[in-house]
This record gives sequence, structure tokens and C-alpha cells, in this order.
Amino acid sequence: MANKIPRVPAREQDPAVRATNFEEVCYGYNLEEAQLEASRCLGCKKPRCAEACPVSVQIPAFIHALTEGDVAAAARIIAQDSLLPSVCGRVCPQENQCEGSCILGVKGEPVSIGQLERFVGDWGREQGLTLAEPAPHNGHRVAVVGSGPAGLACAADLAKLGYEVTIFEVLHRAGGVLQYGIPEFRLPKKAVVEPEVENVRRLGVKIETDVVVGRTVTIDQLLDEEGFEAVFIGSGAGLPRFMGIPGENLNGVVSANEFLTRTNLMHAYDEAYDTPIYTGDRVVVVGGGNVAMDAVRTARRLGAEASIVYRRSEAELPARREEVHHAKAEGIDFRMLTNPVEILGDDRGWVTGIRCIRMELGEPDESGRRSPVEIPGSEFDIPCDVVIMALGTSPNPLIAATTPGLETNRRGCLTATAEGATTREGVFAGGDAVTGAATVILAMGAGRKAAAAIDAYVKGKA
Amino acid sequence: MYKILKKKQLAPAIYLMEVEAPRVAHAAQPGQFLIVIVDEKGERIPLTICDYDAGKGTVTIVIQAIGASTMRIVELEEGDSFADFVGPLGHPSEFIHYSPEKLASTRFLFVAGGLGAAPVYPQVKWLAEHGVQADVIIGAKNAGLVLLEEEFRTLTPHVHIATDDGSKGYKGLVTNLLKELVENEGKQFDLVVAIGPMIMMKFVALTTRELNIPTIVSLNTLMVDGTGMCGACRVTVGGKTRFACVEGPEFDGHQVDFDEAMRRQGMYRTIEERKRAIEAERAAGHKCNIGL
Repeated sequence: MANKIPRVPAREQDPAVRATNFEEVCYGYNLEEAQLEASRCLGCKKPRCAEACPVSVQIPAFIHALTEGDVAAAARIIAQDSLLPSVCGRVCPQENQCEGSCILGVKGEPVSIGQLERFVGDWGREQGLTLAEPAPHNGHRVAVVGSGPAGLACAADLAKLGYEVTIFEVLHRAGGVLQYGIPEFRLPKKAVVEPEVENVRRLGVKIETDVVVGRTVTIDQLLDEEGFEAVFIGSGAGLPRFMGIPGENLNGVVSANEFLTRTNLMHAYDEAYDTPIYTGDRVVVVGGGNVAMDAVRTARRLGAEASIVYRRSEAELPARREEVHHAKAEGIDFRMLTNPVEILGDDRGWVTGIRCIRMELGEPDESGRRSPVEIPGSEFDIPCDVVIMALGTSPNPLIAATTPGLETNRRGCLTATAEGATTREGVFAGGDAVTGAATVILAMGAGRKAAAAIDAYVKGKA
Repeated sequence: MYKILKKKQLAPAIYLMEVEAPRVAHAAQPGQFLIVIVDEKGERIPLTICDYDAGKGTVTIVIQAIGASTMRIVELEEGDSFADFVGPLGHPSEFIHYSPEKLASTRFLFVAGGLGAAPVYPQVKWLAEHGVQADVIIGAKNAGLVLLEEEFRTLTPHVHIATDDGSKGYKGLVTNLLKELVENEGKQFDLVVAIGPMIMMKFVALTTRELNIPTIVSLNTLMVDGTGMCGACRVTVGGKTRFACVEGPEFDGHQVDFDEAMRRQGMYRTIEERKRAIEAERAAGHKCNIGL
């Protein structure tokens, strides 16, 4: 019978201390805590949690193994559906997925599925558990473009089916947004991301870095010259948006992608690395999503006074509640219902401040969100040295532009079916490249679906 | 890892390196560039492509030691390797898409300032291979810094040298030599391609605007990823923000906001570094024309 105790909290680094370092904020559970939390699970016959997981992890089964004290069995159950449990346990918006559907959440707090998954993933890695074995080759070859969550999930599933898979990655490290986007203090690179990518390699998946598909090699060359029978495009949505307001090209204005790439991928916060970063003393981050939270908390850790400027109110912030809470605890200043109209600079072209206008919420728009409306004459200036634009991203047009027959919609996203088939035969796509910027777990779900579709396509041809 | 097969010093602090990079060599075209990372702790540095050989699978780069990162690169020897070598990046030069008639009838002038000789070389070479003998101005501070002269002379008879101190060829700036060729030697050009320091490209563009000659420049902005995902390289061209790494690096020189581009280039130069660089330049006898 399930244990009727309150949710077991996960231990965290003290906010005052963590605001000065890049170490992980959340320490997670130890074995005792994990087993106690696992004991809360009702073990539903029709588990709503597993249905709500985009990669269909068998949640009650792994939690059951955990209550029995068999962590290795729990790890193997998760590995059947995901090779990135330590990543997903940390960065998934569980409140909208598995935990959001947990029956315990109706009257109280849902089972802390994310923390349990993270515990199992971390434990398996620390014990050196081998979870992935290469399958016998089936004689077919598939190319995957991009080594982010979509590409890794797709490649892992195909490798398990016996395909010879090569991932082509544009950057020098595999992982996509897990490497360049999500900061070390939420997702450690060496301890978590790299070993989980290594698990995908262990299935026999080859990862070729430094390859710019569309420049170094085209999709057509992969299909016609290099002998791949199908291609999966999981190239993400990495093209940053700017506002188009005056002053946006002043020195000190950067995209969140640039700021986070310098710190996460290039380790600019560590003096032993060559890549520089400019933080100034006062940083304003424009935007309200998770990327904005990551950027503002990074700026804080680099020693700046940091603020969020967002045009709607706190209730509409698209970032996870937990991230907003963490940011506030670390001393981030939130300025809601505020929208930039101009970036101000000195006569040498460096940022001195940002001119904003106050907003109020008007009628709900077609998406149901109340749209912000400017209050005339309410302009005011916020002094700052750095402005980070975190307004969202869209897919990079390079692959579509260099691949005949590959259609995109007006937002630049690749046109694809729910199974991942694009408008070009043999070419499949999934993740942010199709949906625009979304979540790690949705991208992984899309990668798994596409792997099944690619398998059907290749077998159907043979 | 990308092995260095050959290293040769071209001038003080300037080296040529031939690197094993079959994929880049196979795909490279004139006008494109690449990004290198020296080792685990290195930064991503954009470099121009000086030459490539698809058959051998090699790419040649020319690099000048000007900062901490480039100093570390020039310390590499034959047999050492780059951790990463990414490319080719950016659009190829537009003229490779010209019709044979247009190619044959276009009179090209390339203006190569300093290290700009390296990216100009594959363009002039491509044209020579397609039967076009372009004019080339190689500009340098002094005779010792004139790069790739012999290599250019094997491609075209029309090679002109300009040095600031007159130690070789024409004494004066490349812009003055350009005017001299057009106004006094009766040369006519349909397209000028200028590659070199931002300040040189700015003044070539101002000169050719006066002379009414369409002009292409190759912008050497700051870059991080070089694939369009960060916007560190953004420039204003014709009033619009463009990303040099994916939409360039070549743009209409008459449309580029050079003052903004030069200011943005200095974004990560700390005040101390600036001072030191200016002092060193002055000590070496350089007179700054732009008031630094």
C-alpha cells in the first residue's frame, strides 16, 4: 500500500552561495530519500503519468523497482525508452507532463517523478551500469542531422533496431541545447550530458562533429554519395530573434544564444578557457521564457546586478515556475508589464541603458492570452551596460535552403507529418526544427516517432 | 583532430598552414571561410580559406599572431593537430554563378590588404582556372609584409604592389593606387573585390563609390559559432541587420555600415588591451589616421 506522506523535498544549494558559483543548484535525492518518495506511488493500473510522458517511460514499473530497492532494475526499465534520464529528470517540465497527470496531484502533491528519474539515472552512471548494448547490424544506414535531444533519441532507437547510424553535428561538442543552451548550474556538462551522450555512442552510433549540413555536406550528398538510405533532421531552432528597435547593434547588446553559448559551450566564465565574455555591472534580460531565466541567472553568477524585463505580467511568464522561483531567490529583479522601445548608448557606441514603456493587459487574443497594450507617455529608462535579448528562436534556414523539395512554413519550420515525414522522400524531421522552440522531452518524443517511421520506410523499400 | 601537414612562415608573425580536413577541402569554394579551435580550452576563431585541394583533402590557412589565441595557434608545428576545423562557412563569391559570357566580359580588380591576400588568392585562382586574368593590388605596410606575391603572379600578369613606406611597388595606400590605375593608367574595372582590415575596406568602398564601380567586401566580424545561431557577427547592410556568418561574409561594400562594424569588432577588446596595442603600434612607427 502506498505511503501517505508528504512529498520528499530535494536538497538544494543555499541561494546566497549558489548565486556566486556555477555548481548545480539542486542536489537531488539520496537512496533513502528516493525510496521514501517512491513509496508514495499508488502503482496505478492505467498509469496516467506514463501516457503523459512524450517518450513513454514506464514510470510505475521503474518506481516499483525502486521501492524494492533494485535501482539497477529501475535503470534498465527507463533505458528501454530513454538514454537521457539524468538530463530529463533535471530539465523536463514535469508539471506539464508526467507529474501534471499523476493522480496524487489532484488532491495533493504528485509523485516527484523527475527527481526519481534523475536519481536512477545518476546512480546508474555512478555505478558504471551498462544499459545499452549494440544490436546486430541489419545492413541499413541512416544519417541524423543534429545531436540534440531529437537526434540522440532517434539515433538510439534506430541503433537498437540494428541500423548503422551517423550523427552529423555542427558544433564541436554533441548535445545541442544541452551543451550550449542550458547552463551548468541546471545541467552539468561533464558529469551528466557527456556520459549520457556516451551511452548513445555505446550503441554503435557514430557522431561526427564540426559538420555543417548545408555547407560541409548537403542532404543530397548524404543520400546520393555517402550511401545513407534515409536522413533525420533534428537541427533545432537556433536562430535568435531581435526586436528591431533602435540601438540594437550597440556594443553590449547580445542574443541569449550568444551569451549562453559563450558561457556554457565555451566556458567563458572559467579563466582557463580562451573565450571572453562581457557582462558589465548591470544586465537587463528581455523576455520571460526559460532561456531568459538561464541568461539572467548566468549574468548574476558573473557578478552583475541582473533584471528581467517582460511585457506581460508574472502570471503569463512562459518559464517554469521553479526557474522563476530560483531566479528570485538568487536576487533577480523582475520588471513586469514593461517593454523596451529603444536601447540607449554613449557616444562611443556602448550601451548605457534601455528605454521602456509600461504595458497593461488588454483583451485575450485568439490564443487566449491577454495581449499587452502600451500605456501612452509612460516611457522610462533603466540604466544598464548589457542587454540580453531572449525573445525566442526559429529554425536556421540553411538546411531547407540547400535541400531541394524540403518545404517550410512561414515561420521557417520544416513541414512534417506527426510521424516525421517531410515533403521530401527519405527525409524525416522532428523536434524544434519542425515545431519551433519547445522542450527537450518533446524533441525526444519526436525523434522516437521518426525512428519508427524511418524503420518502416527503409523496410518497406527493401 | 585535423593534422597540420605543412607550416611556413610568410612574414614576421604570419604563417601559412596546410591542414588535413577532407570534408572541408571537398566542399570549399572561393569566398568561404572556416572556424578553428586550437584545443580543449581554445575559442572558436574564424579564419579565411587561402587554398584547398579536394584530391589531397587539404585546406590552407594563413594566420597572423595578434592575440593570445592566435599566438597559441602559430606555436603549433607540422604534425600537430587542431582540435576542430569547421567549414566551409558562408556563401561562396557570387561570381562563381556568373554565366561564361558574363565571366569573360567582367573586368575584376581585387584589393588585398595585409592578411586579406589569403582569401583573395582562391578567388583569383578560381578566375584564372576559368580563363579570367584579374587585376590584383596587394597592399602592405612594407615589403616584408607583402603576402603571396609569387603565387599571384603565376595566376595573372596584372599584379600591383602598394606599400605604406614605398619599400616595394607603389608608395602609398591601396586606395591611391586604385585611383592611379583608373584615372592615370586608363584601367577600367566592372567589379572591385576588397578584402583586408575593416578600415581599408571602408576606404576602398568610399573610393569606388566616387569612381562608380560596384564593390564587394568580405567582412571579418566577431564570431562565435559561425553558423547563424548567435548574431555576434551582425552588421548593418543597406539599413538592415544581417548575420555575416550565414548571409555573408561578402556584401555590397557601398551598403555596409563600416563605422558600426568597426565599433562592434572592438567589443571584447578590454581597455588595457587597447592601450597596449596602440602603444605597440606607435612604438613601431604607425601613425593612426582614424584618431585612436
